[in-house]
Amino acid sequence: MSMAAGLETLQYSFTGSQAAGMFAPVLVGVVGSGNLEVLLEPSPGTACRFEVQTSARGFGSIWEAVLRDFHSRHPLAGVAVAIHDMGATPAVVSLRLAQAAAALP
Amino acid sequence: MSSTLPDRVSYAECSARERIARLFDAGSFREWLPPAMRVMSPHLAQLGVPAAFDDGVAIGEARLAERRVFVGAQEGEFMGGGVGEVHGAKLVGLFKRALRDRPDAVLLLAESGGVRLHEANAGLIAVSEVMRALLDTRAAGIPVIVLIGGANGCFGGMGIVARCADHLVISDIGRLAMSGPEVIEASHGVEEFDSRDRALVWRTTGGKHRFLVGDCDQLVEDDVQVFRAAAVRALDALRPLTLQSLQDEHAVLTQRLHAGEGAEDAVDLWQSLGIAHAGAVPDMNAEQVRTLRQESLA
Amino acid sequence: MNAPLVWDTQRRSRAARLERARACSSGKQVDAAAIGALLRAVIEPGDRVCLEGNNQKQADFLARALTALDPTAVNGLHMVQSVLALPEHLDVFENGMASKLDFSFSGPQGARLARLVSTGRIDIGAIHTYLELFARYFVDLTPNVALICAQAADREGNLYTGANTEDTPAIVEATAFKSGIVVAQVNEVLDRLPRVDVPASWVDFVVQSPRPHFIEPLFTRDPAQISEIQVLMAMMAIKGIYAEYGVQRLNHGIGFDTAAIELLLPTYAESLGLKGRICSHWALNPHPALIPAIEAGWVKSVHSFGSEMGMEDYIRARPDVFFTGPDGSMRSNRAFCQAAGHYACDLFIGSTLQIDLAANSSTATLGRIAGFGGAPNMGADARGRRHASETWLKAGRQAREGLAGARGTPRGQKLVVQMVETFREHMEPAFVETLDAWQLAEQAKMPLPPIMIYGDDVTHILTEEGIANLLLCRSDDEREQAVRGVAGYTAVGLARDRRAVENLRDRGVIQRAEDLGVDPRLATRNLLAARSMRDLVDASGGLYAPPGRFRNW
Repeated sequence: MSMAAGLETLQYSFTGSQAAGMFAPVLVGVVGSGNLEVLLEPSPGTACRFEVQTSARGFGSIWEAVLRDFHSRHPLAGVAVAIHDMGATPAVVSLRLAQAAAALP
Repeated sequence: MSSTLPDRVSYAECSARERIARLFDAGSFREWLPPAMRVMSPHLAQLGVPAAFDDGVAIGEARLAERRVFVGAQEGEFMGGGVGEVHGAKLVGLFKRALRDRPDAVLLLAESGGVRLHEANAGLIAVSEVMRALLDTRAAGIPVIVLIGGANGCFGGMGIVARCADHLVISDIGRLAMSGPEVIEASHGVEEFDSRDRALVWRTTGGKHRFLVGDCDQLVEDDVQVFRAAAVRALDALRPLTLQSLQDEHAVLTQRLHAGEGAEDAVDLWQSLGIAHAGAVPDMNAEQVRTLRQESLA
Repeated sequence: MNAPLVWDTQRRSRAARLERARACSSGKQVDAAAIGALLRAVIEPGDRVCLEGNNQKQADFLARALTALDPTAVNGLHMVQSVLALPEHLDVFENGMASKLDFSFSGPQGARLARLVSTGRIDIGAIHTYLELFARYFVDLTPNVALICAQAADREGNLYTGANTEDTPAIVEATAFKSGIVVAQVNEVLDRLPRVDVPASWVDFVVQSPRPHFIEPLFTRDPAQISEIQVLMAMMAIKGIYAEYGVQRLNHGIGFDTAAIELLLPTYAESLGLKGRICSHWALNPHPALIPAIEAGWVKSVHSFGSEMGMEDYIRARPDVFFTGPDGSMRSNRAFCQAAGHYACDLFIGSTLQIDLAANSSTATLGRIAGFGGAPNMGADARGRRHASETWLKAGRQAREGLAGARGTPRGQKLVVQMVETFREHMEPAFVETLDAWQLAEQAKMPLPPIMIYGDDVTHILTEEGIANLLLCRSDDEREQAVRGVAGYTAVGLARDRRAVENLRDRGVIQRAEDLGVDPRLATRNLLAARSMRDLVDASGGLYAPPGRFRNW
């Protein structure tokens, strides 16, 4: 799949039930080829909001499925998840998200 | 001989943040301009490259064996550790703050290909500003210590930055040079330098070579705890920054240039510098090579 | 009036060739400068020529000499060889000397081969597995001339092939015992060989080549490149399959995923108390990644298809494990190791490029004719097998439980595991509705799509999403949902029948990491017994000497 120039920004929001409360921002991962970094920050409300910036364009439906499945396993509420991605596969994305969730207090 | 899990933690395999967490006194690192502040590159998006929250470098202060030090750690996996405008500014800020706050030392955990080409002149200028800030810090009597041991090595403008420091610690798998192997091959041909000949690349730019010719002060194993111990030893290694010291260094380099005349390979150079068993160096470990240099200076 | 029957045409032909050869060589020894004349003398138009074209070693001097011959004098050749590795292997077709080809694997020459086939320069007889091709040397593809390579010869013409014996015994036996001509290039001529691997009476000519024969390290994997996902999959393989079935005898297809398994034996598998209960006997090339497991006492035996550069001294120092001669050096043998992998192993595990809904697995890609190599022999149920093992019986019971009639006749089954991440590089899905192999078959006019492992031989599919146990599936529908159930977020995976997949999970047909008791967050590189080439060297006590391209110190 060829990559057109320009980053793709994707946003998703799911209602959560597991309030994370206040916490110091959590960062896992590194922006490298086939990798991604994930930043978790507290945010007002009951939503868990995801913002993805990725150089691998055209995979929105896969991102949605992966993030939805992650949120069904970790129904976080009041969390903003910011992702910088450089072509990680769903396997790596799920792993980083799990590592980030595990680092929450 | 039973094989057990190696208990050492590889410095090369750690990310920049893992190195900080493991090398300095537990929990002592306080980061400035942390990722959540989103001080990121203004240039990468228009090239379709994702930015990093910390632009590939973490800066702050920490304790090392109770001593107060400032730290900058480059993330080699992000853009090859290349120095962009913001990345460079963070390092400059680190040194300028050191002039103000006078920590016991500034430690640079360097892993970089040099200037981040995506940012062109902004990156180039940033590197030169880092050099100036580093030298100002040394001139103020604050030691600057560079640790080199990442898989990407320390090349380009960062290679020059590293050699501006008081004290360099390098591992045997670390590399320090200006031009990268692929660049040399592309410019001068594969006959001159085959960048896929990894043994050649490490003989020419690797830690053992740099240590033997005197470009680095300590040669260590690829082990975070060993790097920590070496950093502690280096804490009071202030090297005078005077006209005399520069002239002395030029004399050493001139002597090395003459010693290397006709040398086809690093092995020849080591031999003419009086290093015993030069041919066996590529297969030696760090400890054996340390002994060699001690013997040659004795 | 009938012509008299003649029963020794092949012997007469042989005698004539040897007679012609006397002009360029008085005895068996041939000068390197005279090799062209010798080949011209012993090869006739229309001959079947076997050029050693192995997986690792290549008779490169003889290959170059062959392509330098005059195609107007030597032509119509039918090449039979295991591997097309060197450019010269296809030059003989390009310059009109050869027109027909039977082979097994083409590796680096796959794209060029496809082009030559499409322009009609090559007529492929068939693509084989290694063992299949060797078998045909004794039936209908016997070489007239074999051009082989060996490490050394003595003055009588005995040959020492040493650790890299590979295909040579099969080739030479077939050729020598059907009046064929055997020409060997050797690296050196010695007064006394370390041991005799090929007797002089089977060898007609020996030439010392100006440079040692070409050989490549194909089975070395740098542990530094093993990813966390591969560690996770290796943990699932060990806990979910090796431990579950008690796999003692096995073959690993080469790859980073299987290297991860090898490097988890002394650590993760040890922590599960599995030492002595799995992984004792191997049909395997001498993988450097196996060193830590050997050192930790896991491995009772390894028989190899070929050798691996840099491992020679380590092998010499571990004669209890490897097959070595009285001289101390290893003897590999591809034909026997293939047979061992087929009949004497209870498990094969390997990776692939594509899997379809029937679990058919293929590495075929458009524009390349890559062939099969040895994998189908390992990755196939051995229906001729009769001796039982617990592993084999358990798999057989799982496959046949509840079945009646012929399909339900009790027998064992070999575990054939396909291990693959759901997405490959550049987000290419590994799971597809239709394999590229179908289109390639049409393009290259093959009688069948080149499938590496047939779906009904595959017993387990292992991805980062878990393990699908196809032995427990009872219909094509179930099999399809089992495949979809581990295909993750690929289009194939997203199109799953969720209810059906949940049902399969309840029945244990699909097992996720958590069902196996594998915590994905423990899947880090720290679990590997060696994380770098340097670690492997240290584990071997300095005996392993990696080739230059793998060093970083």
